[in-house]
Amino acid sequence: MTIPFSYVVRNLATRKLTTALTAGGMALVVYVFATVLMLAAGLKQTLVSTGQDDNIVVIRRASQSEVQSGVDRTQAAIVESRPEIATGDDGQKLVSKEPDVLISLPKRDSGKPSNVIIRGVTPVGITLRPQVRIVEGRMFRPGMSEIIAGRAIASGFQGAGVGETIRFASRDWIVVGVFDAGRTGFDSEVWGDAEQMLQAFRRLAFSSVIFRLADPSRYDAVKADLESDPRLTLEAKRETQFYAEQSEALAKFISYLGTTISVIFSIGAIIGAMITMYASVASRTAEIGTLRALGFSRGAILAAFLIEALLLGFVGGVVGLLAASAMQAVSISTVNFQTFAELAFSFTLTPAIVVNSLLFALLMGFVGGFLPAARAARMKIVDALRAA
Amino acid sequence: MFVPLLVVRNALRHKLRTTLTVVGIVVAITAFGLLRTIVDAWYAGANASSSARLVTRSSVSLVFSLPLTYAQKIRQIDGVQAVSWMNWFGGVYITERNFFPQFAVDPATFLDLYPEFVLAPDERKAFLTDRQGAVVGRKLADQYGWKVGDTIPLRGTIYPGTWTFNLSGIYDGIDKSTDQSQMFFHWDLLNERVKKIYPRRADQTGIFVVRLKDPQRAAEVSSAIDATFKNSLAETLSETEKAFQLSFVAMTETILLAIQAVSFVVIVIIMAVMANTMAMTARERGAEYATLKALGFSNAFVAGLIFAESMAIAIAGGVIGIALTFPLAAAFADAMGSLFPIFFVSEETVLMQVAAAVIVGLVAAWLPAWRTSRLRIIDGLRAIG
Repeated sequence: MTIPFSYVVRNLATRKLTTALTAGGMALVVYVFATVLMLAAGLKQTLVSTGQDDNIVVIRRASQSEVQSGVDRTQAAIVESRPEIATGDDGQKLVSKEPDVLISLPKRDSGKPSNVIIRGVTPVGITLRPQVRIVEGRMFRPGMSEIIAGRAIASGFQGAGVGETIRFASRDWIVVGVFDAGRTGFDSEVWGDAEQMLQAFRRLAFSSVIFRLADPSRYDAVKADLESDPRLTLEAKRETQFYAEQSEALAKFISYLGTTISVIFSIGAIIGAMITMYASVASRTAEIGTLRALGFSRGAILAAFLIEALLLGFVGGVVGLLAASAMQAVSISTVNFQTFAELAFSFTLTPAIVVNSLLFALLMGFVGGFLPAARAARMKIVDALRAA
Repeated sequence: MFVPLLVVRNALRHKLRTTLTVVGIVVAITAFGLLRTIVDAWYAGANASSSARLVTRSSVSLVFSLPLTYAQKIRQIDGVQAVSWMNWFGGVYITERNFFPQFAVDPATFLDLYPEFVLAPDERKAFLTDRQGAVVGRKLADQYGWKVGDTIPLRGTIYPGTWTFNLSGIYDGIDKSTDQSQMFFHWDLLNERVKKIYPRRADQTGIFVVRLKDPQRAAEVSSAIDATFKNSLAETLSETEKAFQLSFVAMTETILLAIQAVSFVVIVIIMAVMANTMAMTARERGAEYATLKALGFSNAFVAGLIFAESMAIAIAGGVIGIALTFPLAAAFADAMGSLFPIFFVSEETVLMQVAAAVIVGLVAAWLPAWRTSRLRIIDGLRAIG
């Protein structure tokens, strides 16, 4: 025989302030837990979706980012001559040799400078990234000091909106367009004509060579060939993997820090639940005695109080998750340690985070409720009845 | 004597509940202190910087270098006492996980400009004479078990290849705010190798460090330096060392703000727990408080009793929490290694912890105290647990 669920719900409903405070404490913990996981997930998703699976990025061996890398023209030409590279509709080889540099730009809101990636691209380079489309203004014209800015840069940095100018490398560059790259890393970049960039920055070497494979299954062979070629000091990676690796350090940092904080915080919330449940048991001693006298088993009493605690946790978890899901509208921008460049990403709620957060909330309720429930179940009928 | 005794007796009536609440406060205050200390550690570089030093870098961004010939020109500018230069090396020791900063420096001028790095005279001499020599901080040496005379191999990421250095000395910091987890080696060694592999990148340096004759003239001298190189191929940006360090902090400001926000969330959580405890306590003792009032004690006295009990619990938790912060911070710093080179609990953090405990105590007592003082004696006497 089990104690009806409505009895449990009513117990919580009678003491509204206590229930609200306890569930509120848990909701805050769940909120912190969920937002941190959402942040790490958002970062990963942004960078993972930046790459295309059949695109290959070639950079100098052991350089961790495109900005650190250097690929001189001779080496770039050798890569370019690979027969595995796909050809586009107009018969042109789908390969793009790109210089990337970091420039420091002041942010719109704080005026504080941060590093922004400037990428020199070619028309082919743009075809290689089908997710990129111009949402305002127009594409830059080759041979001109014109640039287009990613959505996050245009809104976040001074001088990066359409019609404004940015000064770097002794030139004034006019921003002629804003592009949307579908919430990928490119949203945090500024693009211009590759040859213009090389001249302006007086560089002889490209930073990376990106090409599309005609047959994606040939990846391993191409990689092995390029890396064993004695004329080259390069390494090749799938674009997806290349960008995914760039999210690792920051995502790990965020989720480690966040999980540690959540676990410490949950101690506070569990104690809150324990206090509430102990009080709940203490104030109902006579009631528990009566229930036992009526024939409810120890197990049924234990279950009733555990369910009460789990319900507290569940309410806290749902409230915390609702608050956290509102954070999806927020986008944040910070410097990625690995590339030393600004990256905008948003809080992303995944089904796994929902499940984990609710489990976390239920766990807090269970841990907080177990000892009080056990005390209730262990009571002797006579003593409990006499307590009233 | 009677009132404090009553407060203590009241607080200890539900030993388990009071203990749990105190533990909760201890956890919250400790977590709060640790999070504040993490934020402080972020600013440590900026706080340790000297006001007598300027940093000159390329105006485009830090990844662009400046020609070494600038050193001569900077030295001639009025107000400049000494000039040194350095490059970020970005090498990897065995695996990427072992991160620590490495700089190629001009040893003689560097040691002169940075008196906070203290080297024994013989180690200093060894470093100056050995081109492959390097010095590391005490903390870094302890972390990897390096001893003077060891060979340290690094894999270059910006400067390709494997580089080996002889450990000539281990420096100590002049005080606890000095970063003891860095490595310095000869800039000439780097430049020679760069000359061979990338002739175009030779004789270039990342930043210049300038010591001022008079720290008051920082703004004037930095604009004089920048004016000298205006409209050249490599324009410069000079700022005080502090501003330079703060620009790094600003880049990760979002994360910092999040940690700060979260450190306050923990206080709010514990406030909810504590308020709950006090609400339950006051509710259970409704009849008692009504009796006190019936005996002629004022509303303020009864409210004061609740406040005193709440404060007693909060302060007890606060004191234990603050005491625990110190060993925990030390353990955390050890676990983190060189990620947070400077990590200690500041006085300000302790003061904020005290303030947090007091606020929690006050806020938690406010609602129950208000309710109890408003309680009509007759309702109080009628009420049951």
